[in-house]
Amino acid sequence: MPQLPAVINGPAPLSWYLILSAVLFALGVAGFLFRRNIITVFMSIELMLNAVNLSFIAFSYKLGRNDGHIFSFFVMVVAAAEAAVGLAIILTVFKNRQTLEIDEVSSLKN
Amino acid sequence: MDSILFLIFAAISVVCGVNLVLQKHPISSALSLVGVMGSLAVLYLLLGGEFIAMAQLIVYAGAIMVLFIFVIMLQNAGGETRGKKRLWASYAGAPMIAAIIGIGAYLIQHAVPHTAEVTFGAFQHGNPFDIGTSLFENYVLPFEITSILILIAIVGAIVLARKEIE
Repeated sequence: MPQLPAVINGPAPLSWYLILSAVLFALGVAGFLFRRNIITVFMSIELMLNAVNLSFIAFSYKLGRNDGHIFSFFVMVVAAAEAAVGLAIILTVFKNRQTLEIDEVSSLKN
Repeated sequence: MDSILFLIFAAISVVCGVNLVLQKHPISSALSLVGVMGSLAVLYLLLGGEFIAMAQLIVYAGAIMVLFIFVIMLQNAGGETRGKKRLWASYAGAPMIAAIIGIGAYLIQHAVPHTAEVTFGAFQHGNPFDIGTSLFENYVLPFEITSILILIAIVGAIVLARKEIE
């Protein structure tokens, strides 16, 4: 097997993890802003939460403590609660209006 | 070896994330989100978080995504329809996202010291024993508050999704 270059073969720099976290967060923001289906917007929020969790765990590795793991565990719990309530709200909106387009649900605006 | 694993799973998660944003139908987005969460679980494992990787797979990729897919199937709504074109948004959106990502990556690359590297197995405090110890010693109060939060979420979800009695 040929010797791989050191960049590929060695340990990954910590900054790569943080950059991946930033990229996923930016994708989540993009989905949140561009999509018009309520469920897709909601999934973009979950993507942002996941990106932040990756940052927590990377910094936890750097500091040698597991507090970041606890924090991302709490983020997961809050995300689960948020998903339950949010999806119930989406069900109610769909029951009342027969649509999931975000631009159609604008009764607070007028 | 660590770099190869990181690059593979980072590529999977970024591709799935882009797919999540671009897909028209919510069920495709949901499957892409499962891909992102699975590959992030592998990255947590590389960073030494054994407990949190399994919790990610069970709670996120398991429970929350099943909830999403249930709701998508209950509503049986079709794909997204194209709305009125906002011209500048459709042309400037993608370059602006790329610029934000580029600036962020540049700043991170310069802020984090180059000696900071991630070797698999170097972090030893991510196993369930250590997580449980610090959860029930240092973080008891947040843990208990979390249980109240979940109780509120259960009651709220039932109240929101119930049928009105005539």
